[in-house]
Amino acid sequence: MKIKQHIRWIWPVIPILGALLFTTVLLVLFGANPGEAVQSLWRGAFGDQSKTLSVLAFWVPLFLASSGLLVTFTVGLWNIGVEGQIIIGAIAASWVALKFPGPTSLLIPLEILASMTAAALWGGLIALLKTRGGVHEIFGGLALNNLAIILTNYLISGPWQPPEGGTFRGTQPFQIAALLPRYADSRFSPISLIFALIAFGLVVLALRGTFWGLKLKALGKNPRSAFLLGVSSEREAILAMMFCGALAGLGGAVRVLSWFDSLRQSISGGIGFLALLVVMLASNRMFWVPFIAFFFSAVLNGSISLQLRTQLHSSLGGILTGVLVLFMLLFGNPGVLGIGKRSKQEETDER
Amino acid sequence: MNDELIRTLASILVQSSPLMIAVCGETITERSGVINLSVDGTILLAAMTGFVLGLKTDSLLIGFLAAAIVGALMAFLVAFGSFRLRQNQVAIGFVLTLLGDDLSAFLGQNYTRIPGPVVEHLPIPYLKDIPVIGRIFFDQDLVVYFAIILAVFTWWFLNRTQPGLHLRSVGERPEASFARGINVNRLRYLYSVLGGALIGIAGAAYSLDIKVGWSDGHTRGLGWIALAIVIFGGWSPLRGAFGAILFGATKTLATVLQRTFPEVSVVAFNTIPWLLMIFVLLTVGSEFTARLILYMPKPLRGPLSRALRVSPPMALGKTFGND
Repeated sequence: MKIKQHIRWIWPVIPILGALLFTTVLLVLFGANPGEAVQSLWRGAFGDQSKTLSVLAFWVPLFLASSGLLVTFTVGLWNIGVEGQIIIGAIAASWVALKFPGPTSLLIPLEILASMTAAALWGGLIALLKTRGGVHEIFGGLALNNLAIILTNYLISGPWQPPEGGTFRGTQPFQIAALLPRYADSRFSPISLIFALIAFGLVVLALRGTFWGLKLKALGKNPRSAFLLGVSSEREAILAMMFCGALAGLGGAVRVLSWFDSLRQSISGGIGFLALLVVMLASNRMFWVPFIAFFFSAVLNGSISLQLRTQLHSSLGGILTGVLVLFMLLFGNPGVLGIGKRSKQEETDER
Repeated sequence: MNDELIRTLASILVQSSPLMIAVCGETITERSGVINLSVDGTILLAAMTGFVLGLKTDSLLIGFLAAAIVGALMAFLVAFGSFRLRQNQVAIGFVLTLLGDDLSAFLGQNYTRIPGPVVEHLPIPYLKDIPVIGRIFFDQDLVVYFAIILAVFTWWFLNRTQPGLHLRSVGERPEASFARGINVNRLRYLYSVLGGALIGIAGAAYSLDIKVGWSDGHTRGLGWIALAIVIFGGWSPLRGAFGAILFGATKTLATVLQRTFPEVSVVAFNTIPWLLMIFVLLTVGSEFTARLILYMPKPLRGPLSRALRVSPPMALGKTFGND
């Protein structure tokens, strides 16, 4: 191996160190001991069994949404609306949980079906606004995100208000039969992890092993020639958006049925945006997605207990993940900086 | 004209002035061919910085300056990442949006919900005594005057001066401008940074004037509205200003509607800006409007299409050069 190849392999360490340095400087500015902060971040994420289970429970919806986003990124769509799709999924699952009596074996499939359908339609609407209405998916998605948040607030403060009076914080807890079975008093439901793994498997299969996946790739890489080859950009855009919406909606159902036990005000809590960062960081290496999502989940959970312990705002976790993705985007490829640039010969060798 | 209507119109103008500033900033950025998607995060971070520094130094000028610098830095990151590092503008802008949001929450954590300096009311002598117009336009503060003058000046600059022509040319036909001896990327750097500084000023206009103070997510969502207005405004500063006033009016409209229909949930009125956002983008973008215009009598088609349809700068979001 030549020295250039070594540099290419070791290079990603540099943006990671940069992000850590940035966060450390922030901590020092606020008079916190970075060593202690890292320690309490670690303890907050993996300190004891219940903390680790929380990281897992937060990871599952993030993993689901990220898996869905792999599909929309492949077709070249900026699905910022994924946040709203999670929320709509949560609302649909809550609707079933609140309004239908029945045994667990019936309720859970119903909840999942409702959440996936509603969120898929919500996502399809964004694609339709784009293809038929000329509204870019970033703006359509963003407007629908906010409408979904407002709908949640309306339901909590209005029709689904708990009988003892609205606190504006959430609905009453669902019937036990409607909740996903959780592991040992935690917020983690092992079944939800199985859903997520199946979903991820389906995404990988769809993108790598089907003609549909090939069409999506063609559209994402070169819409013009894909069109000339007879790939309908409208059909695939809507399908990709609905696919992603269904998975994000399932994530929303997991949020209400295992993380919480009711519909809450900020039910998604930014998981959709975080999922966008996960997929951006993974770029085209889709098998990294579960690991990055897990890392993000640990950082975010850890920063919540960091706030409890050191009184520092919990947005620190968001800053660390955001700076990491930013630095990776900007400096992740040494070639553009003129360091370890690949020569033409090397590129042809690899093919 | 009755007193209440005049007061309402004046308050709409106040509400829309920061949006007008942000829209102008993003318009010149996009007219030079660069998409700075970080507006929402920039406004938040600049609003926090402007408020905190204004409070600490007890100087509004320093607050606004600091906000402008924050905005310029964010825009510079987008431009540098895109021109020099060849990365996706939209991706960088989006990450900066999230980062600006989180950074503003973290850095401003000790300054939430406390009183701070406020831009003073500054009626213009003589002009404010003109009936109706005086009360609406000349009985305001410096932020409002700045927003109005900025919109008119930007329009004049873009359409009536040579530097403005160069700015438009690098956004429409970078290759042709390059052949004419214009340094495309240098101009794009300049106008991205300048536009970013204006977006930063809009942030400080919120925290030091229109929505005084700081809290988590103080202006969240307004940056996205500004981005949508730029499209609705067809990348023209004057139409953009009109769009800003339209959105500035939604807040007032919500208050009025709430008073008229007290039985409707307060929450329902929060949907207005987002529904309006979809509606205006549909108006300027959809096939439906295009077809509707075709059914109109011939002499109307030209003006209607100019009024309702928009097209982005041809090289918007495309990087130039092979350095």
